[in-house]
Amino acid sequence: MALDILIVFLKAVFIVLTVLTFGAILTWVERKQSAVMQDRIGANRAQILGLRMIGLFHILSDAIKMFTKEEFTPERADKFIHMLAPMLSLFFALVTFTAIPFGNVLRLGGKEINLQVAGLNASVLFVFAIVSLGVYGVVLGGWASENNYSFLGGLRASAQMISYEVTIGVAIIGALLIYNTLDLQEMVRYQGHMYLGWIPRWGIVLQPLGFLLFLVAGIAETKRVPFDLPEGESEIVGYWVEYSSMRWGMYMFTDFIEMVLLAAMTTTLFLGGWQIPWLAADGFHFPWGMAIGLPHVVVALLQVGAFFLKVVFLLWFQMLIRWTLPRVRYDQLMRIGWRYLLPLSLANVVVTAAVLLLIG
Amino acid sequence: MNDFTPVLLMFLFVAFLVLFMLGLSLLLGPKKKSAVKGEPFETGMVPFELPGDRFSIRFYVIALLFIVFDVELVFLFPWAAVFRQLGWFGFAEMLVFIVILALGLIYAWKKGALEWE
Repeated sequence: MALDILIVFLKAVFIVLTVLTFGAILTWVERKQSAVMQDRIGANRAQILGLRMIGLFHILSDAIKMFTKEEFTPERADKFIHMLAPMLSLFFALVTFTAIPFGNVLRLGGKEINLQVAGLNASVLFVFAIVSLGVYGVVLGGWASENNYSFLGGLRASAQMISYEVTIGVAIIGALLIYNTLDLQEMVRYQGHMYLGWIPRWGIVLQPLGFLLFLVAGIAETKRVPFDLPEGESEIVGYWVEYSSMRWGMYMFTDFIEMVLLAAMTTTLFLGGWQIPWLAADGFHFPWGMAIGLPHVVVALLQVGAFFLKVVFLLWFQMLIRWTLPRVRYDQLMRIGWRYLLPLSLANVVVTAAVLLLIG
Repeated sequence: MNDFTPVLLMFLFVAFLVLFMLGLSLLLGPKKKSAVKGEPFETGMVPFELPGDRFSIRFYVIALLFIVFDVELVFLFPWAAVFRQLGWFGFAEMLVFIVILALGLIYAWKKGALEWE
């Protein structure tokens, strides 16, 4: 019993620290990838004893700066909620990773460790429930500041988030119909099969439209460019205008962690999760007859590595979108969400269901 | 061990982490209050009025539409999970449900609830 709890605790620490590290590195990637794309040098000034490490120390200097700035609360603000709101945002963003499977079952010394913090049988529902709660951090932060701009920013942000939440939910129903389960780990297992020996049975192959809808709505849900109207960095005064220091940092960090979450969910639902093509429990079995035997621990670690590799790929892809597309207008945002994405995702559900029944 | 014990553990761990971040920042940061700093940010002007009295009706409409479709979503999730067992009967039932809601969306659309210009 005590050992079980220790294992769960270690898994929780592992996934939270990994995600936080991803988030921290993304603050650097955001600047560096834009620099590369725009033919600049980018952040490279932070140094320790002359060592610059292509600007990686900026992560450290940012953290120190945020911790040592003044935690400022406006006079008229609701002090308690003003303090609570950013914590809620970060809390709900991190807690979602409870249900995300980052590997298969690992057998160590007679113990079977499911590489997922909590093996819930309705983990999709869990993730969606927690993600929905994330709206509170934004709307409460905008409201509690007692500032016209942050109030409007909070309203705009919550309207955007709830609009796209509907689409994001309907978009995955098609995939759920195929997997016939609400358990994320089971979905990943389902995606382990290969069609004709060559085409992996991943969600992106079975549900290309669902994948696209999920990704677009997901980017809108994380409030990133081209849907970054709630905050808009230098141009739009958003819901976090009255925040400073680490509480502002929490909002910013939530954004990056939601990016990681979107990447992890897309990987799990549509890119085969921790599955590697042709890798079975005892090693690789290639369709041209070659086989490489591997011990169990190596296979398990390879699968964990594959999961994070896919997440990194999707993060890179999101950054690419973020620095390529211009921002949409608010009326365009609402039009895309309600008039195009939602009817398309509903049609996707109906067509998928009909096709599934026809082919049996 | 209950299915949700890990969830509780995760909640406690993350809550601790978040509180720790805020606590450290409160501890390390300076505290200098001033009357001007305490004013709401309004491009250097004294605010004319505070928020909360009125805001655009469209946000209400979007919230209402959200509730309708989110409830639909709540029905779609369990349906998707047992879809294979229900077969054509479940499909027909859900089709009726989706069509009615789609008609609602079209109605809201034609009434101009989705206009933001």
